[in-house]
Amino acid sequence: MTIRAPQPRPTDAPAPLTTSDADESAWQRRHLLDLDDVSVDELDLVLQTADTMKEVLSREVPRVPALRGTTIMTLFYENSTRTRASFELAGKVLGADVINVSASASSVSKGESLIDTVKTLQAVGADVIVLRHNRSGAPYLAARHARCSIINAGDGLHAHPTQALLDLLTIRSRIGDVRGKRVVIVGDVLHSRVARSNLWSLTALGADVTVCAPRTLVPVGLEHAPEGTLPPVRVEIDLDRAIVGADVVMALRMQHERMQGGFVPGVREYSRLYQINAARLARAKPGALVLHPGPMNEGVEISHEVAHGLQSHVEEQVTNGVAVRMAVLWLITRTLSRGGRLPAGSAL
Amino acid sequence: MTDRLIIRNGRVIDPAAHHDRVADVLVEDGRIVSVAPDLNVEGAREMDARGLVVAPGFVDLHTHLRDPGLEYKEDIASGTRAAARGGFTTVCAMPNTVPAMDSRSIVEYVLREAAARGSVRVLPIGAVSKERAGRELAELGDLAAAGCVAFSDDGAPVHDAMLMRRALEYASTFDLPIIDHCEDESLAHDAVMHEGWVSTRLGLRGAPSAGEEAAVMRDIALAEATGAHVHIAHISTRGAVAAVRAAKARGVRVTAEVTPHHLTLTDEVVAYGALGGEGLVYETNAKVNPPLRSQDDVDACVVGLVDGTIDCIATDHAPHAITEKLCEFDEAAFGISGLETAFGLCMRLVHGGALPLPALIERMTAGAVRALRLDRHVAGIGTLAAGAPAEIVLLDPTADWLVDPERFASKGKNTPLAGVTLRGAVVATISGGRTAHEHEVAVV
Repeated sequence: MTIRAPQPRPTDAPAPLTTSDADESAWQRRHLLDLDDVSVDELDLVLQTADTMKEVLSREVPRVPALRGTTIMTLFYENSTRTRASFELAGKVLGADVINVSASASSVSKGESLIDTVKTLQAVGADVIVLRHNRSGAPYLAARHARCSIINAGDGLHAHPTQALLDLLTIRSRIGDVRGKRVVIVGDVLHSRVARSNLWSLTALGADVTVCAPRTLVPVGLEHAPEGTLPPVRVEIDLDRAIVGADVVMALRMQHERMQGGFVPGVREYSRLYQINAARLARAKPGALVLHPGPMNEGVEISHEVAHGLQSHVEEQVTNGVAVRMAVLWLITRTLSRGGRLPAGSAL
Repeated sequence: MTDRLIIRNGRVIDPAAHHDRVADVLVEDGRIVSVAPDLNVEGAREMDARGLVVAPGFVDLHTHLRDPGLEYKEDIASGTRAAARGGFTTVCAMPNTVPAMDSRSIVEYVLREAAARGSVRVLPIGAVSKERAGRELAELGDLAAAGCVAFSDDGAPVHDAMLMRRALEYASTFDLPIIDHCEDESLAHDAVMHEGWVSTRLGLRGAPSAGEEAAVMRDIALAEATGAHVHIAHISTRGAVAAVRAAKARGVRVTAEVTPHHLTLTDEVVAYGALGGEGLVYETNAKVNPPLRSQDDVDACVVGLVDGTIDCIATDHAPHAITEKLCEFDEAAFGISGLETAFGLCMRLVHGGALPLPALIERMTAGAVRALRLDRHVAGIGTLAAGAPAEIVLLDPTADWLVDPERFASKGKNTPLAGVTLRGAVVATISGGRTAHEHEVAVV
């Protein structure tokens, strides 16, 4: 198959960005589907690029024409507030045209298949499709059948790579290199695509990651998988032990349907055993970072005082989300303009 | 005038008769007359089988022909043509049609269609329950009289233990087995693949092995309590094989089948495809129920097949339309179109040294006949004995061929093996004395 030539940019466009001295050739991806096969160099490049984007965002008029002429479509099969708004803003700051396609409002509700929908958006002119889907693997299906770029904005229980990148950006900007740092991810890892992507990126960079959840919410095989197949993490069921000495504590959203699904007996017991509260946080390293991908259930997985306390960086995560998504859009579009290769596994 | 066919100089393997030697096979008017070296016959059509294996046609206890009602997936003509291409001369048709095969009229329709348009013999399996709804028994007596060789609600388990007990007791009146798809639905709820590290890797909901094992153990307990015969469909886990082995050892009337894919493929095919690779593919063509499981389970199934715990190989041929697989993994239909790749895939076991070729042929012929005692319904089935129907397959155990679903006779192109080279090909299939299939697969 051939890859569509990018739109020629207006010759009078100002130099779009003064990116750092980062070597952009480290990024060869046309799609961003997960972080499981992303190299350390690529992670470094995204974060460096995101730092540049943070500078752009801090300008009085945060607009650069870097992606002028590029059309980004967000295709969301699930409700989302922050991820969609964040991608939309990221595209607009970079001067792209951003069109939001709501799956329920489009022909999807008439039974159109994902492949047909993606092909239609591509035919309309999408250069990049930002896809959120409730089914694991849906972005892989889309990428196999698309000429345009696919960015996974969350698929089922599987992956949410840009969320993991913004978490990484937040951690790195606060405590620097994550190598050897203790990160504890607490809560419903079984149903968390955020946690799964985070496990890949954090372990790739050498962080010491512990997953802490009731046994019913620990993914099967996480501890005993063959080497190289799943991220190397530890599982500790007891939060009071898991949190000791942690540099970063990441709480995950506990959804009500999981309570009804019988994974845990109820809010009362769950919050008693797994809530990040001040007493527990005191067992972590002094000044340990508290993160949460949102939306938070205050009083369930995190106490109100911790959620809004000095150690909480939840709002910063959201701000960083825009910068990271700008970086991803920029790098992917650069790959497109170089006629980027297909990532492994997406051969047709 | 007598129609004569002689198949010359093949390696004749007839497990039922413990024969394995180079010989000629003489067929007259659709019946086998004799198997002996250097037969001197005049006026016969000759087939040269030098270098080939000549065996009884394969018998598949588990085929979804989709007819009536789901002819867009498969029909009796295309499904039996696929069977012939795969070397099968008898297929047992599962009752999850629309409407379900829960009454004499549907059975008669299937038999009539098979007689008119089928390439090979079709033996019907009646539904256990009305509309396969798992509530009330179907008219098993009428179904037996119409020609059913067993009963099953396959596609779904017989969930209700009391219904299963009644079905076993009632079916024993007609001395016919119940075939159960063993799956505890409460444990397999929403599952789309095997539960293990691969399902975690993919973020897909998994069915634990314990779900199959609990159901197998329940059925064994009920068979033991009633003295009736239960046949375990498509066994797939180590624990289930162990349960059947222990039950057989204490004399429970339990038999079992295993599919070619559960003998050879693991859940990693779902993640990376049958050709392997680095990237995730979410291979919907490997979505099947029971799911492809771990290497440990595959190994246990092979051991079970070799030691006789598992009586036979059955395909669970489950054809689907392309759109039912070209979609999100969760939305994709369960099933593999398996008739045309069964022999080549199982030959991996022979080439890998797990079992000798005569043993494989036994598990695809006499073993299947024995499991359901099909010789009560068709004399001589699964053998090359004199007087047996001329149902013969010619095999080339070392021919390499590339699986190309577009060349399948089945309407179901849903195989995870597309692009895979298999060693071991069906060269010709003779059914009722006429050639139902002659080699046309590209040999590489």
